[in-house]
Amino acid sequence: MNIQSSIEEKLLSHFDPAYLEVVNESHQHNVPTGSETHFKVVLVSPSFDGERLINRHRAVNAVLRDELANHIHALALHTYTDSEWRGLYGGAPDSPECLGGLKRKAS
Amino acid sequence: METLEKIKQQIAENPILIYMKGSPKLPSCGFSAQATQALMSCGEQFAYVDILQNPDIRAELPAYADWPTFPQLWVEGELVGGCDIILEMFQQGELQPLIKETAAKYKSASEQSDAE
Repeated sequence: MNIQSSIEEKLLSHFDPAYLEVVNESHQHNVPTGSETHFKVVLVSPSFDGERLINRHRAVNAVLRDELANHIHALALHTYTDSEWRGLYGGAPDSPECLGGLKRKAS
Repeated sequence: METLEKIKQQIAENPILIYMKGSPKLPSCGFSAQATQALMSCGEQFAYVDILQNPDIRAELPAYADWPTFPQLWVEGELVGGCDIILEMFQQGELQPLIKETAAKYKSASEQSDAE
């Protein structure tokens, strides 16, 4: 399995994320084409509630210990609780409610 | 001196200390560059260790710190975090007060001891 998939699988199974994004940023760095050395992770999880950033990052680092020790050179981490995430981006806007369409009665 | 002893001494003797790649003026890594920029903008003096020049520290600090990557910002003997945490604290307005208060505390402590 490639490193990116293994990161995604481990984070999905450990953090029950509301949102997860794993981006391979290796091409931005001085490494051969196709490398899997530099990653960025955006992770929104209820397990971060009440945890300081350093503890959140340590929890992620622990889950990815093997990848960090053997494969990854840099891991940019952005960790949020659900409410922090909503506060940051407000989430995607809600779609408008159905107003009846063709079945709408003429007023 | 043993590497671990050296690390402990550096952390104990420098209330604001960053382990980084390169120097604040000539960083060798984008993450170290961003972290020191945020730190410098707090306007206080801080110590740094270039881990590229100190391969023994580079090898041993991650295990001691329970933190796998560099940079690492240590304040008053405690690991604050790496680049992402430093930047996020900076953006949230938390970094500057921490650095300012720490600097003030140790400045007044050294002034007092000078006077004594």
